[in-house]
Amino acid sequence: MANLKTNEKKTKAQSMGMHTEVLTGRTQQKFFNPDEAENFYYFGTYDVDFNKRTDLDVKEMSAPEANKEIDNLMSQGYGTIVIKNPQGKHSLGVGILNKLNLIFEGSLGYFGMGSCDGPTVRINGRVGWSCAENLMAGKVVIEKNAGSCFGAAIRGGDLICKGSVGARTGIDMKGGTIIIGGDAGAFTGFMMQRGRIIILGDVGINLGDSMYDGTIFIGGSIGSYGSDAVDAELTKSDQDWLTRKLKVAEIGENFDVSKMKKIVAGKKLWNYDNLEPTEKKGAI
Amino acid sequence: MCGIAGLIHRGKSSNVGSELQGMLQALKHRGEDSTGYALYGDTDGKNFIMRFKVGENVGEGSSSIMEDVSVYDERKKIVDQTLNELGAKIVKEERTLPYSLRYEISYDKKDLLEFSQRIESIPGVEILSMGKSLEVIKDLGNAKAVCDRYSLDKLVGTHAIGHARMATESGVDIKSAHPFWGYPFSDVSVVHNGQLTNYWNNRRMLENKGMRFMSECDSELIAVYIAQKMREGASLEEGMKSSLTGLDGVFTYFVATKDSLGMAKDTMAAKPLVLYESDDLVAMGSEEIAIRSVLPQEIDTYDPFDGEVKVWQI
Repeated sequence: MANLKTNEKKTKAQSMGMHTEVLTGRTQQKFFNPDEAENFYYFGTYDVDFNKRTDLDVKEMSAPEANKEIDNLMSQGYGTIVIKNPQGKHSLGVGILNKLNLIFEGSLGYFGMGSCDGPTVRINGRVGWSCAENLMAGKVVIEKNAGSCFGAAIRGGDLICKGSVGARTGIDMKGGTIIIGGDAGAFTGFMMQRGRIIILGDVGINLGDSMYDGTIFIGGSIGSYGSDAVDAELTKSDQDWLTRKLKVAEIGENFDVSKMKKIVAGKKLWNYDNLEPTEKKGAI
Repeated sequence: MCGIAGLIHRGKSSNVGSELQGMLQALKHRGEDSTGYALYGDTDGKNFIMRFKVGENVGEGSSSIMEDVSVYDERKKIVDQTLNELGAKIVKEERTLPYSLRYEISYDKKDLLEFSQRIESIPGVEILSMGKSLEVIKDLGNAKAVCDRYSLDKLVGTHAIGHARMATESGVDIKSAHPFWGYPFSDVSVVHNGQLTNYWNNRRMLENKGMRFMSECDSELIAVYIAQKMREGASLEEGMKSSLTGLDGVFTYFVATKDSLGMAKDTMAAKPLVLYESDDLVAMGSEEIAIRSVLPQEIDTYDPFDGEVKVWQI
């Protein structure tokens, strides 16, 4: 296992406000061994062909029916699926665990794209509360606005909203990146533990309230700082990363990242130096 | 959980009864213990429309006490007699259900406080709404059931707000159902989604100022709070802005008057609201699917931010 304390990458990560806690307990991390690949099976996943494309009109379908049909199409190898007439329905596109090009021609309701791991999604509309909750990996792009709790508890992937978002964006997030082209509401980054949030516009009150770790970049004004959220120096590596990330996200072209504010945890509130003992976790 | 919906047509009238029914029915999964409508219909503006009840719906699921229907008739007789004593003339009378009535009344005085106090001093009688355009209709069941029961689908008007209720803080009965009339103000109504945590303190304070509460539903506080602010000379918008600090808890609520509709969201933004705004229509609801019931095509919607107050005119 790599020695985190001496690895050069640690310095770079730290300068960007990532992984700043000192891990002193026993790690629970399991490492993937390619030689044992055949022993790994990810239930509910499919090998799909991105060139195999189809449309699915969900106008007359309930959300479970639509999600089952998406699953059925993936099982047939379709790698690009265009969803027609989502019409604000809740819980569409949830639980997709493999690579997939998914395009929604319209808006989603609550909990759209929840608990996904891998798909690339474009939503040509708006999304309601808790979009992409628990996202593990992949990319979700929303062309219009988003509701509250955007990207709640995500652990990885890129979540991009080209419009504005509601309150509690990135609440409890544990990794990944959230990028917002417009404004964001109150309690953005509330209790976030890792990952990064980029807001190009203004943000509401209590920014980064009770955040444990991670980094928030703000391009506009800040309503107020939450408990234990503090300013940090915007480094050259931050700016390089922001420029790269915004370009990949196709958002904020020509945005002057050098004027962005960087917010991190003051770390006066938290104390999780000691990881939970394995025995205790096992008992739970 | 509860769901709220509202819409206002600007510069024209529409079939708001049917439209609001569709919006609230789309939200029925948020609660169908009771559903209420506050409809602002097209009228000549000469007479007051008084919606009132002389008893409760004691059907399945109700938390009300069963009464003999004959007491409804007795109460109605006393209401008629009291109206006569007040100098109010009944122009038109409709009795939709044994416990629910609609009167068109010719009444000259503008101050409705004494009027309302006299009518509601009759045991078992509650004015659901009083106004020259407003009609509050609320009963147990989902939006379609209430709409069918009261034949609301043909009502034409400019704006409307409504509520699909999951009873959490008080009983399953009409008196706890939304919308609440902004007693004693003509044509003021309120719907609310959320919970207020300083209900009793505010209630005691407002009762000391002469305001009345008909239920123990925390949402009623908003109607009374706004009404009191307006009594003190505040505009609707000023009263709503004051509520952001005066009311504690989580809330998104709508207030409607004869010619306007407003929304307010608490500073935590804990309760949902999706908003669609165009030159001729503003529609809003707890979920986008409510708006989609009147605008099925792809539209641009957004969530108002925390602490936001907005008011639109017809």
